[in-house]
Amino acid sequence: MQLRDIAWASLKRRRGRFVFALAAVALGIGTVVALVSLSRAMRAEVGDELDRFGANIVITPKARSLDVAYGGLAVAGLTVDVEELQTKDADTIRTIPNQRNVSAVAPKLVGTMELEGQHALLIGVRFKDEGGVKSWWKIDGRLARNAGEVMLGSEASQSLRKRKGDRISLAGEPREVVGVIAPNGSLDDQAVLTDLGVAQQALGKPDTVTMIEVSALCRGCPIEDMVSQMATVLPHARVAPIRQAVAARERAVLQFSRFAYAVSAIVLLVGTVVVLTTMMASVAERTQEIGILRAVGYRRTQVARVILFEALAVNLAGGIAGWLAGFAASRALGPAMAQLTTPIPFDFSLGAAAILTALVLGAAGGSYPAIRAARMDPAHALRHL
Amino acid sequence: MSLVELHAVSKIYNHSVAPVCALADATLQIAEREFVALMGPSGSGKSTILSILGAMNPPTSGRVTVDGLGIYSLSVERLADFRREYLGFVFQQLFLVPYLTALENVMLPLAAAGIANKRQREMANDALSRVGLDDKTHRLPADLSGGEQQRVAIARAIVNAPPLLLADEPTGCLDSRTGRDIIDLFHRLRDDGLTVFLVTHDAAVAARADRIVHVQDGRVLDGVVAADSLSA
Repeated sequence: MQLRDIAWASLKRRRGRFVFALAAVALGIGTVVALVSLSRAMRAEVGDELDRFGANIVITPKARSLDVAYGGLAVAGLTVDVEELQTKDADTIRTIPNQRNVSAVAPKLVGTMELEGQHALLIGVRFKDEGGVKSWWKIDGRLARNAGEVMLGSEASQSLRKRKGDRISLAGEPREVVGVIAPNGSLDDQAVLTDLGVAQQALGKPDTVTMIEVSALCRGCPIEDMVSQMATVLPHARVAPIRQAVAARERAVLQFSRFAYAVSAIVLLVGTVVVLTTMMASVAERTQEIGILRAVGYRRTQVARVILFEALAVNLAGGIAGWLAGFAASRALGPAMAQLTTPIPFDFSLGAAAILTALVLGAAGGSYPAIRAARMDPAHALRHL
Repeated sequence: MSLVELHAVSKIYNHSVAPVCALADATLQIAEREFVALMGPSGSGKSTILSILGAMNPPTSGRVTVDGLGIYSLSVERLADFRREYLGFVFQQLFLVPYLTALENVMLPLAAAGIANKRQREMANDALSRVGLDDKTHRLPADLSGGEQQRVAIARAIVNAPPLLLADEPTGCLDSRTGRDIIDLFHRLRDDGLTVFLVTHDAAVAARADRIVHVQDGRVLDGVVAADSLSA
């Protein structure tokens, strides 16, 4: 027989009381696991939504301020350039420490020129990169792939009377219209989108870009850090997060996270108090037993270990049950409570954290009763002597 | 040679508030392999002497030695070790752990000593065999008679072969025949080398000891009566 066998026998003897404590711990841990799972899943989904939404960082030349609206978002300092952005600046962005969080870098040159006898807005882009930051585009046709192809905004298509399959002469060469972008309320509606190199040639601005849009993967992306890193590698540029989107994301996630953590803390506190009171009651009920143990030669530390083992065993079982129940609850309630569209993945690290938390709470709730038991005077405990 | 010595031991309870002198200047010697009975009326100080000898109640003054060891100079944890290594306790109230079997109750002191499980079982089975309970090792205390429970308690007290057995009214809750059997058992244990110190109200039980010590109003009386002369 070992000390744990005594604790185990005691747990079995008082199973009703300990099942109640176990249920309290499981409820506490389960609530925490469910809330944290939902919070994480919401954060991930908001991040994914933002990724789908497009660019969340805009880079413009450092210039005297002149407000311009692009893409429905306020962007500062586009016009009076002090030092223009270069095409190579777009590649420099991918050298920042958080480069793994950069999903798309879309440089563009914006200008106006005569096309087909009309005054037209020309935007030169890298089509593949542009597709990465304009995932919401609905195209009649397809995304252009090379310098011989162009795309038209819906208004530009009407004013130029060009449709998919037609050709436009640009920079001295005919270019095929391969797609017309459905109206989206942005500047793109009025634009002729062509390859960046072609636009630079047509507008007489070789190797120059007006702005660079960056799409950062928002799942856990440190966007403020990334802005700072980009500003460091591009000292001549102004790097600005699209604050509205970032702030909205942060607000939503932070509010829920704070709520989740506050509720978790309260529930865990209640769980710890239940464990504490259960163990205190158990120690009080077992005064005589503890006196026997002390009388037959158990050291204080050995008595404390028996009591602590019981508390930890209850909390271990409660932690595992709570983790599984919390995970199941978050999966079941996620779509209804948090409008989650993807199932919450099974997370072993969260399980490990839940069990560790339960054990820490068990140690916290069991320590005082264990110390009380250990300090019990054996003569007093036996009362007889 | 004395195994146990109490020298000028006093015990005052509630020292600072309302002092009660439970024991005054008590001196007592118990030899190895001696069977001593301590008699006295209620409140005379018997239990105080027993708890002091049991390393559970430090005296207010005086010196207590067991096997030459001044026990109250030990730390709290070493006192626990001392109880495990030197003492066996038998109480009037049986004080068995109700959710452990007879065998497990006997194994309790061995678990505290960190003895391997297999060896614990061997020793506990041997102790239960010595008290005549080898056929009821896996019963819970509630399934045993009062006499059988007392035998389990005695087996627990002797399982780790301590030199001194302390017994407090061990026959108090038993019928006279079972009580006689328990005292017979104490004699056999004494014959095997154990020193027995027994507290009792029962003159018939005390008469079977080698020596009777009387205590009254917290004083160990000088008149030590040889049991043999009483029974004769």
